[in-house]
Amino acid sequence: MSEYRLKLYVIGQTPRAERAIANLRELCEKEFDGRSYEVEVIDILENPQIAEKERIIATPMLVMFLPQPMRRVIGDLSDSDKVLMGLGLAPSPPRNS
Amino acid sequence: MANTTSITKLASHIPGFDHVADGGLPLGRTTLVCGSAGSAKTILAAQFLAEGIRHTGESGVFVTFEESAEDVRVNMSGFGWDIAAWEAQGLWAFVDASPEPSHETVIVGDYDLGALLARIEYAVSRVGAHRLSMDSLGAIFTQFTDSATVRREMFRIATALKRLGLTALLTAERTAEYGEIARYGVEEFVADNVIILRNVLEGEKRRRTLEILKFRGTPHHKGEYPFAILNGEGMVVIPLSAIELKQRSSNVRITSGSIDMDAMCGGGFFRDSIILVSGATGTGKTLMATEFMAGGARLNERCLLFAFEESREQLFRNATGWGVDYERMEAEGKLKVVCAYPENDGLEDHLIRMKRTIESFAPQRVAVDSLSALERVSGPRGFREFVVGLTSFIKHQEVAGLFTATTPNLLGGESVTEAHISTITDLIILLRYVEMYGEMRRGITVLKMRGSRHDKDIREFTIDAHGMHIGKPFREVTGILAGTPRHASGGEIEVIRHLFTNE
Repeated sequence: MSEYRLKLYVIGQTPRAERAIANLRELCEKEFDGRSYEVEVIDILENPQIAEKERIIATPMLVMFLPQPMRRVIGDLSDSDKVLMGLGLAPSPPRNS
Repeated sequence: MANTTSITKLASHIPGFDHVADGGLPLGRTTLVCGSAGSAKTILAAQFLAEGIRHTGESGVFVTFEESAEDVRVNMSGFGWDIAAWEAQGLWAFVDASPEPSHETVIVGDYDLGALLARIEYAVSRVGAHRLSMDSLGAIFTQFTDSATVRREMFRIATALKRLGLTALLTAERTAEYGEIARYGVEEFVADNVIILRNVLEGEKRRRTLEILKFRGTPHHKGEYPFAILNGEGMVVIPLSAIELKQRSSNVRITSGSIDMDAMCGGGFFRDSIILVSGATGTGKTLMATEFMAGGARLNERCLLFAFEESREQLFRNATGWGVDYERMEAEGKLKVVCAYPENDGLEDHLIRMKRTIESFAPQRVAVDSLSALERVSGPRGFREFVVGLTSFIKHQEVAGLFTATTPNLLGGESVTEAHISTITDLIILLRYVEMYGEMRRGITVLKMRGSRHDKDIREFTIDAHGMHIGKPFREVTGILAGTPRHASGGEIEVIRHLFTNE
């Protein structure tokens, strides 16, 4: 079982969605390096019933299911420090040693 | 282009609304419903879908930003709308976009409300919706603080609703009853059709009204119309000034219940007339109403009495005292007595109930004892609307209506009720106390009677165990109606008589 489990909900292949996916990939590679994580990207246009079930209004939306508690971040995730704060994961200290 | 194509209407089937809206809501358009807190926006939004399902089997989608779907289901069940059952039948779908306090959400960067739109489109296609309600816009603006983004996204959603061909209601908050249309400038993206709901405090009483501010390119009635929220029914709009005056005038005479009174009116009341009986307390108004009922029952007519001043027991005992057997009349199905406390409800609610009772009992005559009691529970404007609504409804049914009104002064005087409704009445009967030689006596006169000759005298009348007996005119007394009876000597009377003889 992965230590981190995240889902990113987007609408179609819009520039905003692409941006969010790229920002998330970069963040994961940097922050979860060496640890087990799982990221799933879900297109709501293909699965509108998921949006209904998860009660999603705004996109892109990142939901962190693990570790608990569940956290949600809305937006294109352009500021990784803010995203980490939103997820309740303190930004990692600068690696300069 | 748009001006050349005519806009058709979708009948909402909300009672009274379609009359005011001249057919219903603009078909395939979005209408903005604005109102302050507690002005029944959510009820209207839900009822729009409920009536569609009940009357034409049109399914609907309810998008809720404020209350959760479960709250809406529970809150609306009191109106007799079983939303859960409709959901199970695929006639109703919720898009629950109410805030979830358990979910902590932060915003980082650029976003849109594409998921909401996707959910709306999904729900619409799932139930094949014709109608959509969105309640309320203010709540989505508080969920997302970036109002520029929300405004842009709502505009996108409004455009999508139009593309989907939905007839939609969108509710929005107002901060004041009279002022800017809605908060956050939401009328910018649904500017074509605007309805305003008001809940105004008037003389310590709440008065609900609905106004269609605009329907672009299609007619509607202007101004504020009162409405009521009834248990088991929802909103009922009262289209007062929209009532058409197309009553037929009848020449058929009916008995007042008193032979003497019939004689004073030149052979009885007219079949479809509105009669006002005005007098101080104890002058015999309730007696006249009782005789009016008894007179109808003797001719096998159905009579309906609305009593707002006395209990059933009191009324029946009074009637017995005048030789009228209400109990037997009721047993024979000729009489229905409805007693109600005026204070129990708003006037709009009373009006709707009275109309319902008249429709279901289908009487030939109706008496209301007294209108003045109802005046207590409303402001002057609300009362006037009530009286106009009730009298025009009664005239429409072509039944005779007798109303009593209490004058505040024992001698003479004019009641406020009189001032409100005298122009609507066809016949006004005044009952007055007359003080003569240290004794209180009663006088009666027919002040006006439309379309008929009538007795102009002020006659004395007495009341005994058989009811009312009208006697001779008061002679040698002047000033009875003004409340200042004065004895005139024989010589004075002679002088006045000569004044009016044509020589």
